[in-house]
Amino acid sequence: MSVAESNPPVLAEANDAQNIRIHIDKATKIYQTKTGQTHALDNFTTDIHDNEFVCVVGPSGCGKTTLLWAMSGLHPLTSGTILLDETPITGPRPEIGMIFQEANMLPWRSIMKNVLFPFQIKHIDPRPYQDRIDHLLEVTGLKGFENKYPRELSGGMQQRASLVRCLAQDPSVILMDEPFGALDAFTRDEMNLLLLDLWSERKKTICFVTHSIPEALFMADRILIMTPRPGRLAREFIVDLPRPRDVDMQTSPYFIESMKEIKSIIRAGDSKKDQ
Amino acid sequence: MAGQTFEQIPEFNKKQAAPGAKEGLSNWSALTNVPTARNFREFLLIVGVAILVIGGIELIVRVFKVPNYVFPAPSGIFNALINNFDTLLPHILTTMTSLLIGYAIGAAIGILMAGVITQMPVAEKVITPYIILLVTTPMIALVPLLVLRLGFGLEPRIVAVGLAVGPMVMINSATGFRRTDQAKIALARSYGASTLQIFTQIRFPMALPMIIVGLMVGGIFGLLTSVGAEMVGGGQGLGTRLVYYSSLARMESFFATILVVALIGISMYVFFYIVGKRWASWEA
Repeated sequence: MSVAESNPPVLAEANDAQNIRIHIDKATKIYQTKTGQTHALDNFTTDIHDNEFVCVVGPSGCGKTTLLWAMSGLHPLTSGTILLDETPITGPRPEIGMIFQEANMLPWRSIMKNVLFPFQIKHIDPRPYQDRIDHLLEVTGLKGFENKYPRELSGGMQQRASLVRCLAQDPSVILMDEPFGALDAFTRDEMNLLLLDLWSERKKTICFVTHSIPEALFMADRILIMTPRPGRLAREFIVDLPRPRDVDMQTSPYFIESMKEIKSIIRAGDSKKDQ
Repeated sequence: MAGQTFEQIPEFNKKQAAPGAKEGLSNWSALTNVPTARNFREFLLIVGVAILVIGGIELIVRVFKVPNYVFPAPSGIFNALINNFDTLLPHILTTMTSLLIGYAIGAAIGILMAGVITQMPVAEKVITPYIILLVTTPMIALVPLLVLRLGFGLEPRIVAVGLAVGPMVMINSATGFRRTDQAKIALARSYGASTLQIFTQIRFPMALPMIIVGLMVGGIFGLLTSVGAEMVGGGQGLGTRLVYYSSLARMESFFATILVVALIGISMYVFFYIVGKRWASWEA
């Protein structure tokens, strides 16, 4: 008996009439590179609601990262618009926190100085945030490692430190670019649970890019499935799993069926492209 | 990035090693990767071998009665250093003055130019051949000309040292500044960092290990050039003493002067070794 059957399906909050936090309209990106044009993202349209956990899943090179970088304001789109709270994103916004592939720690700074890096860049006094930072270090198990350098920490610990760095200022939107892709399966599960814990503690709008279908199913309220280059939105998939999630759900029939379905959607997109 | 319209597809991270693996240069310089004594026994061994080598030379010189002008006994060199130190001191100060002034000017211009030039890919391509020309041409060769132009004072030496140090510091620093990590720059930009902040907080710290290597190698080149320039130009300075003592066949004093020059070189090396351990150890 699957978890989904035992509890009456609680549809994801996305279905509630909630505020649209991020509105992506016909997002298209064509890179002009030395070797010619690369059509990375094509007419991508969706809405992300307040406090929704959305995963973007698709094969390598399908424009997931491009989409995320456009949402973060780091790279402009070729055409289309992305609105955050109804204003177009044209550059980095303070409401948005970004988590990069791998930990992206600055190796010449201690963990604490890495955590304080955003404050330094923004010229914000970190003292009022000290309690929050201490709490985050506690929760992520980094207490006592503040003065260590990134190279002295494991990959998982570094990525936890980057979570602390991102969450220290309590951004209301978090964009995550395959954050746990480089970690081993056990560390990855652990990080996923930690992130879900942090998210339930303080709700945020999260857009999480991954190439792992199980990871997407485990984390998301809603999965945006993308086709290979040029990246298009193939389908949206509402994840019908209750929260809080636990690792056992990953072996439930619903989970496995959903994985099959998402895989077939991606494969269908693949074959469509070949025609 | 003037005129640069190309964009980079953000795939940079995929090629990198797993986190926790050593990143960047495996070592910030071969020069800094010196094995040191791990315990007292190793220390005793190192000191013991040194005593054996110096004692061995002393023994060979005495037993085979090697003439003074071929190779003086280490004890004689040591005595000459102590006895002549008073007369050497003003020369040491002269050499240090031209070395430090030339070095400071050359290194400052070198780092500055490296920082600016690496931001302009086209300018970099145009300028780099001249920098390599300056690096590979021994600046001592220019000293006779510089003496003609600038006289027999410190000026030609300072200019020669600057010309030797600057390009060396620049070429190493440029290597450092070129090591741009798009992900780290993106991190800073995502927090709204200005171009200046990206330079001071990301590009400069990332280049620092290579800058220190450049300063270290540049220092050694600068010393070489300042002593060489003194040998050509005459007047005061350790280089002039080398010419003077060898012309009088005062080999003990000659080697004592070389010892002083070597000590200056080693102190510069040790200084940058310590600086590197403090500010660039994250890379090793």
